[in-house]
Amino acid sequence: MFQLTRSRQDLYLNVFLKINGYFSFLAVFLIFLFIGKESIVALSGHSTAFIFDKSWFPSEGQFNTVPMIAGTLIVTFGSVILALPLGIISSLFANFYCPPRIKIFYRRAIELYTGIPSVVFGFWGLMKLVPIINEFQPPGQSLLAGILVLALMIFPIITLSLISSFEMASKNHFKVSESLGLKKSTYIWFVLLPSLKGQILGATILSTGRAIGETMAVLMVCGNIVKIPSSVFEPVRTLTANIALEMAYAMGTHRSALFLSGLILLIMIGFLLLLSDTLKKRFAWKD
Amino acid sequence: MRFLLAILIIWGFTANAGEKVIITGSSTIAPVISDLAKIYEGKHSKVRIDVQTGGSSRGILDARKGLAQIGMVSRALKKNENDLKHFTLAKDGLAIIVHKSNPVTELTEDQIKQIYVKKITNWKIVNGEDKKIVVVNKAEGRSTLELFLKFFKLKNSQIKPDIIIGDNEQGIKTVSKNPNAITYVSIGAAEYNASVGVPLKLLKFKGVEAKVQNVENGTYPLMRELNLVTREAPKGLADKFIKYVLSKEASQTIKDHYFVPINKK
Repeated sequence: MFQLTRSRQDLYLNVFLKINGYFSFLAVFLIFLFIGKESIVALSGHSTAFIFDKSWFPSEGQFNTVPMIAGTLIVTFGSVILALPLGIISSLFANFYCPPRIKIFYRRAIELYTGIPSVVFGFWGLMKLVPIINEFQPPGQSLLAGILVLALMIFPIITLSLISSFEMASKNHFKVSESLGLKKSTYIWFVLLPSLKGQILGATILSTGRAIGETMAVLMVCGNIVKIPSSVFEPVRTLTANIALEMAYAMGTHRSALFLSGLILLIMIGFLLLLSDTLKKRFAWKD
Repeated sequence: MRFLLAILIIWGFTANAGEKVIITGSSTIAPVISDLAKIYEGKHSKVRIDVQTGGSSRGILDARKGLAQIGMVSRALKKNENDLKHFTLAKDGLAIIVHKSNPVTELTEDQIKQIYVKKITNWKIVNGEDKKIVVVNKAEGRSTLELFLKFFKLKNSQIKPDIIIGDNEQGIKTVSKNPNAITYVSIGAAEYNASVGVPLKLLKFKGVEAKVQNVENGTYPLMRELNLVTREAPKGLADKFIKYVLSKEASQTIKDHYFVPINKK
């Protein structure tokens, strides 16, 4: 009797877990399906419009998204390239050079930093950073402003994930290297960092994901002109900013073109995940 | 459990038992009407007001066909639309704004047009300092952009902006931090911000100062009417809701959307 109830309980749990598991899978699938379905209107008119149209003027039937794809890529990679050294340096500081008493506060501060809403960064960028850039090169709202604000936003993500990786790795071989008489800096450069390529890559991908999807901060400081920028002082519009700027009153094909922006964004993130998987495998194989 | 379900079902029926009004049309008016509808629904539990957008022409069309009891039209009615009853709930004015430190106080219609298409690129040409003009435009779909384009008879692709922004607040922030920028925002928002010390200046237009007061009395030219239209004299809930929208009570909500409510006699 007891056995029977037990197995029945197992069965319930099993079914419950399966339903939940499938549901989250289904949710992703449905989101993809929905965005795809909503994009069809924009694609069906003349399917190459979003690559070959002259520019982006929805009210005049022009839907070229290429400058915004480029904008998203440039802003994202620019900020990641800036944030990566910042993140590595600050996590090295936290693990090896920070006085032990301050260490916990430093770490908490970085944790707090990751929780600052992006609109705050955007606001700061608009009020403080943009006027400074404007004095050198008007209009101030520019690719540069976007990259700087985003880099400041995402470097603590890299820091946090590297602090724990460094801790784990150092448990294994920091003492060994000290007993071998290696200097701290030698250990960091020749033992620690090379052995953690995979983790650094993982942290970078994580922050890239955050940067690519960032909307508010970028919208506020980037100037949002739909054009591939020819210098860092020129404004740029990202796909996310495009959706946020125009969704309020968009209708018909325009609305559908915004969904298409979202679809392109999803596909880009998909590629990013694929890329990280292949790179991770390559690093693992080398180890 | 069953009891709860019964309550839910009964509640569901009663909730549907009330009157319903469908309002369609201009996306400029829809947000403020949605807000007013929510407040109205909160006060009268048995009514449902369904607000949908689709542009002013849809508002006219739906009201004519009877698909909607009320249409929203963000312009004055044309002569051939006189078959509809209309109720002006507010006016929407655009202020051309620059930084407070900018010596320019007035621009002509043509100058503004030339600045926006980048034929005039330096403030010096319009009696300002020798500085490059930073042209700030609104994103597609914004009602202020629509009004601006219509008034100056421009296509959006003709405008050569340096910065594109979303809402009024972003425009005000941008101009208040950039001494060489020019943009246009809803007049209510501009006047409010200038009055609380934000460093911006509302330019005169055609000799008339950009003031809410001048929108109210109709002397400021850069503005439009926001109308509700019905096929016949409104009845029942539609009538009550229109009366509410035109009431003093509703004017604060209208102001919150930076529109200028019509003075109640």
